[in-house]
Amino acid sequence: MVPLSLLPPGKEAVIIEIRGGMGWRRRLMELGLMEGMKIKVIQRLFPGPVVIAVGNARVVLGFGMAQRIMVREV
Amino acid sequence: MSKKLKIAIAGNPNSGKTTIFNNLTGARQHVGNYPGVTVEKIEGYSKYAGYHLTIVDLPGIYSLTAHSLDELVARNYILDEKPDVVIDIVDTSNLERNLYLSTQLMELGVKMVIALNMWDIAKNLGLEIDHERLSQLLGVPCVPTIATKKEGMDELLQKVIALHEGKIFYHPTPINYGREIEEGISKIEEILKLEEPLLKRYPSRWLAVKLLEKDEDIYEKVKKTSSGERILQTAEKSIEHLKGIFGEEPEAVIPDKRYGFISGACSTVITRSYELRHTLSDKIDRIFLNRVLGLPIFFFLMWIMFKAIFRLSEPFTQGIENLMTWIGKLVGSFFPEGSIIKSLIVDGIIGGVGSVLTFVPVIFLLFFFIAILEDSGYLARAAFLMDRIMNRIGLHGRSFIPLLLGFGCNVPAIMATRVIDDRKSRLITILVNPFMSCGARLPVYTLFVGTFFSPRQAGNILFSLYLLGILVAMGMSYLFRRLMFKGESAPFVMELPPYRLPTLKGVLIHMWERGVVYLKKAGTIIFAGCMLIWFLSHFPPMPEEGNSKIQLEKSYAGKIGKFITPVFKPLGFGEWKTSIALIAGFIAKELVVGTLGTLYGKEETSLREMLKNDVYPDGSKVWSPLSSYSFLIFILLYIPCIATIAVIYRETQSLTWPLFTAFYTTALAWITSFLFYQTGKFLLSFIDNLGF
Repeated sequence: MVPLSLLPPGKEAVIIEIRGGMGWRRRLMELGLMEGMKIKVIQRLFPGPVVIAVGNARVVLGFGMAQRIMVREV
Repeated sequence: MSKKLKIAIAGNPNSGKTTIFNNLTGARQHVGNYPGVTVEKIEGYSKYAGYHLTIVDLPGIYSLTAHSLDELVARNYILDEKPDVVIDIVDTSNLERNLYLSTQLMELGVKMVIALNMWDIAKNLGLEIDHERLSQLLGVPCVPTIATKKEGMDELLQKVIALHEGKIFYHPTPINYGREIEEGISKIEEILKLEEPLLKRYPSRWLAVKLLEKDEDIYEKVKKTSSGERILQTAEKSIEHLKGIFGEEPEAVIPDKRYGFISGACSTVITRSYELRHTLSDKIDRIFLNRVLGLPIFFFLMWIMFKAIFRLSEPFTQGIENLMTWIGKLVGSFFPEGSIIKSLIVDGIIGGVGSVLTFVPVIFLLFFFIAILEDSGYLARAAFLMDRIMNRIGLHGRSFIPLLLGFGCNVPAIMATRVIDDRKSRLITILVNPFMSCGARLPVYTLFVGTFFSPRQAGNILFSLYLLGILVAMGMSYLFRRLMFKGESAPFVMELPPYRLPTLKGVLIHMWERGVVYLKKAGTIIFAGCMLIWFLSHFPPMPEEGNSKIQLEKSYAGKIGKFITPVFKPLGFGEWKTSIALIAGFIAKELVVGTLGTLYGKEETSLREMLKNDVYPDGSKVWSPLSSYSFLIFILLYIPCIATIAVIYRETQSLTWPLFTAFYTTALAWITSFLFYQTGKFLLSFIDNLGF
């Protein structure tokens, strides 16, 4: 299990855990990010924001947020 | 007479909502705003199976909370206007997320049909979806569609009509929130029966759930009713009780239950073997969002944009100026020379309207280009690219777009801060926004830069002012975060839309929406300001008719100007006409030029010549390159115009922030100009003494 912020572009992973308050978990859920979802890193500006693919959507996450999403590479 | 049917289209952003809307309606559309708010409302018309269809495209939203204006607008539309059927557009390739909105729409108690859009993309990703099973589980008809290929549109409308005519058994599955929450819901529903009229407007179960979720809008509405107090008490008791059980606010538990329901449904209908593919947008992003190329490309695009705006607007501005002068002369010829009526009409009214109109081209062009960036999907990328830089000053990527808009007009820019979801970041973005040099300040720059600097220097001098504004904004933002709004900025999350070719119509709509805010302000406040300035400078009337200089000096304006002039002396522009122009600039920055024009009197020579030759009583020149630049620094930084102050009041709902802005910007302007002018003067005399 690693923070999403460490995955290089092109890697796919499954979300294992989202750390943080309820408000933010809900924001992420609204954008389709929840435990068990498969995602793919499209682009990142390490240490900075990342763009990930969730289904057909592309979502930008700030660095802080990406550090709180724990994923397992597939 | 044929039958009427009102359909509303709802769905997440980027779910293909607008494409479906266009497919269903064809060319006849009407664009307006929702009553009371500047959120775009598009209505289209069509005929189908003997029905006259009116179709409304609701704003793209993820949820139906009261947190965002778009969401509130969409939900109030459905509740108040009661469309016959709602079509919920769902991005099938991201079904869980999109169904979150669907479950909330289902609770609103309207008839709805779900369009499983992007069916082909979901298939390509490897998702097999049993849409009939999904329809049964949700109790809502689901129709696969591919909006881009116009597939499934007929089936969609057939379902809509069958549903409307009651030919389909319609029973949306209520979400089971679990025993404890359900008990709370029943208790609240019981007491809600006291309020008949409220229940006519809203489904009672939905009201109960919203009360448990502490929905602000519904809280206010219930509070106003006669049994409001009792209902809210019951709701609060339930909330306390549930908090005891779950250890969390029901507000947090309820969305979890919704997602539980959704993932249950999805796991039975989706067979996945799914693969996330790169799209064309991703390929473009490899270059545009590249860690090395991304920012240079962005700055290059910005440079082209501003260059184009100033180039393209020049002939328009010139044309409007000439036209207004011509009208002024024409109208003036009907009145006797030197009469006060002539002056009122020509200098006051026509001059006032003219000073408003000359900035329309710059502002509309800026909004035109921003709309292109926005509709193509690039503006969201700019937020991504700028995130790291914005982090250094205590903000994140989302604050960038409102700041960029500030270069056009700070009023719509401050309104655009609504997209920033945490209050502290939003306030900082509002407070530093006035330093983004708006289009109305440009004419003041061009007048002085054009007069006191060579054409070769002019471009760089102009650029330096914009840069100074940006640097001051960055510095102040950093300080605000450190001193006044401590704590981390909220996490940065947003959806990146795919690249699209913007349509002319869409771009024009967006340009118009923002531009109209400026026009409205211009039409009222600025015009009234012009009239006030005219009055102050022509009253009390002097007996020595025709001598405009004496008239001005003895007028109210002259008195006020002379009174405050000492304050500006150490900044290098201690001259009463300038002081009046600065006061006028509080009404609108563009008035500074117009006021100087009125005060210097345009008739004999050009304003530029007048400025160059103006002298203090002791014979020394008023203006030098040094003092004019100091003046421009002051113009850039001092109190934003009255419309900006008003919008800060409206957006923050408090008097503190507009007053704070007025004070701190002016103080900062004075200090900066003072330091610049005094240092400059010292250096110049030092060089002189060296004998160069």
